[in-house]
Amino acid sequence: MRVSLPHVLSVWQRNFAMYRRTWKLNLLPNFFEPVLYLLAIGIGVGSYISEMGGTSYVAFLAPGLVTVAAMNGASFEVTYNTFVRLNFEKTYESMLTTPVQAEDLLFGEVLWAVTRSSIYGGAFFIVLIAMGLAPFPYALLAIPVIPLTGLLFASIGIAFSLRIQTIDLFSFYFTMFLTPLFLFSDIFFPLEERLSGAWLWVAELLPLLHPVRLSRAAFHGEFSAALWWDFAYIALLSLVLLYVAAGTVRRRLTT
Amino acid sequence: MATALENPHPVVDLERVTKSFGARLVVDALSLQVPRGACFGLLGPNGAGKTTALRMVYGVTRPDSGSIRVFGIDVGSDPRQVRSRLGVTLQENALIEPLTPVENLAVFGRFHLLTEREIRSRTEELLDFLELRSHADVPVRALSGGFQRRLSIAQSLMNRPELLILDEPTTGLDPAVRISLWSRVDQLRALGTTVLLTTHYMEEAERLCDQLVILDGGKAVAQGSPEELIDRVLAAEALELDVRPEEDAAIVAAFGAKRSLRAGSRLILYADDAGELALRLREQRPEHRARAVRRTNLEDVFLALTGAQLEFGA
Ligand SMILES: Nc1ncnc2c1ncn2[C@@H]1O[C@H](COP(=O)(O)OP(=O)(O)OP(=O)(O)O)[C@@H](O)[C@H]1O
Ligand SMILES: [Mg+2]
Repeated sequence: MRVSLPHVLSVWQRNFAMYRRTWKLNLLPNFFEPVLYLLAIGIGVGSYISEMGGTSYVAFLAPGLVTVAAMNGASFEVTYNTFVRLNFEKTYESMLTTPVQAEDLLFGEVLWAVTRSSIYGGAFFIVLIAMGLAPFPYALLAIPVIPLTGLLFASIGIAFSLRIQTIDLFSFYFTMFLTPLFLFSDIFFPLEERLSGAWLWVAELLPLLHPVRLSRAAFHGEFSAALWWDFAYIALLSLVLLYVAAGTVRRRLTT
Repeated sequence: MATALENPHPVVDLERVTKSFGARLVVDALSLQVPRGACFGLLGPNGAGKTTALRMVYGVTRPDSGSIRVFGIDVGSDPRQVRSRLGVTLQENALIEPLTPVENLAVFGRFHLLTEREIRSRTEELLDFLELRSHADVPVRALSGGFQRRLSIAQSLMNRPELLILDEPTTGLDPAVRISLWSRVDQLRALGTTVLLTTHYMEEAERLCDQLVILDGGKAVAQGSPEELIDRVLAAEALELDVRPEEDAAIVAAFGAKRSLRAGSRLILYADDAGELALRLREQRPEHRARAVRRTNLEDVFLALTGAQLEFGA
């Protein structure tokens, strides 16, 4: 693989230049989504729940929703946007007339998606601080989990987007993949308390579960060696998917 | 001549380059050399393999066999180096619609790792050179086709390329924009830029190119300067007649034209002196009026070499 960091950054700068023009339209809806969940479920439903996982319900919810904000920020970038640049706008084709290579372009897009996930996750984190839901100082350790979540979902999303032939498949990606992850990844209730036997092992496959665990451990200041597994899962799956995506992007753009 | 001696390598050198997509042979043993400072044209009907040939020159399509050297460098071994020294205007514009021309140029400058200062100064130059200044700060999506095309060409000049590759640069443009782009190409060549282009406009090829290759089904069916091709394939002058196709053979035999071509309802006879042919026609076959006596152009050559297939619907 021949990746050149300056060229990766030039691709990142392209997206940044465009985002500067359009961020007002993009930022608000994506940003409000987790805030609405926090208010409706965390405070609304939460007022009927005396405690969960040893804290108030809204405090249980907060660390998971940070990772959701990061997941969404990355996912929007590498799904529709990537697909359109590849198939309709010929953006990637025009990049490849310059010294930018297919791998540079892939990593530039992923780096940008991580940046966007950090903007959304970071904005939500600030809301949590303002609401007194990010206990100092341990919650600060959740900050690196935001780009890590972004990396994971940028890798999953771009590997998918580069492979599919029709844009209609994204509705499956969102409703059949991301939405179930959102609902069943320990964010709203402790998953392992509802599962038993082999299902506990199956649950370990859920990608969002691992960032949620890391984030919650940081918020609660409770650390254990088992967290290494969550970290390794994120790092390994991202690496494998990026490796696969690099092959796909070469195949799609160079013949 | 002096430059040719200093730079013995052609800027682009293709030797028996072949490329298939699946079972489909798209470029077939194509060889061509573009000397430094030349303007070289690739002509051919839709699907002839022009864009594929260009893609191989800048290294995004790899040939199945044959060798491709650009600036004397094997493209496959160092595509980054090759692409840093050339510029490509794609057949379809790929601009960032919400951004202005100035911002679009900056984005391209960064792909070439130019400094912000270089980006600013080259943007200034190119806004003037391609007459974009009046719309420099208007979002691209609000620009007309002519402006967008000029911006696409400006983008491909951000790195001051030694070789400019233009894939159908003027398709869909009005005559005024087209003519102004032609003079920009002349200016670039005067500064030493080598140009490799494709076009469907024979007038454009005749006006711009000093060397041409006509592709058909991926094969080079003719190669040379426009004048050479006219001479070799047809003859200097043409006489157009309205006759029924059944009479073609008899008329061609009676008048001894070098070549003939049927184009719809017309028969075109080619000869070194078409005026003389027209005189004989008036004497011997007064029922057939000559519709036009004119100089043979590249369009005739193109039709003679590639047009037959359309007629028979292959
Ligand atoms: N990536 C590809 N996969 C399969 N077939 C391809 C691919 N790229 C081009 N082709 C085919 O190769 C042939 C030549 O295409 P190419 O784009 O080079 O033609 P062209 O001369 O540029 O045509 P036009 O004048 O329409 O632009 C066409 O039949 C096209 O469908
Ligand atoms: Mg083409």
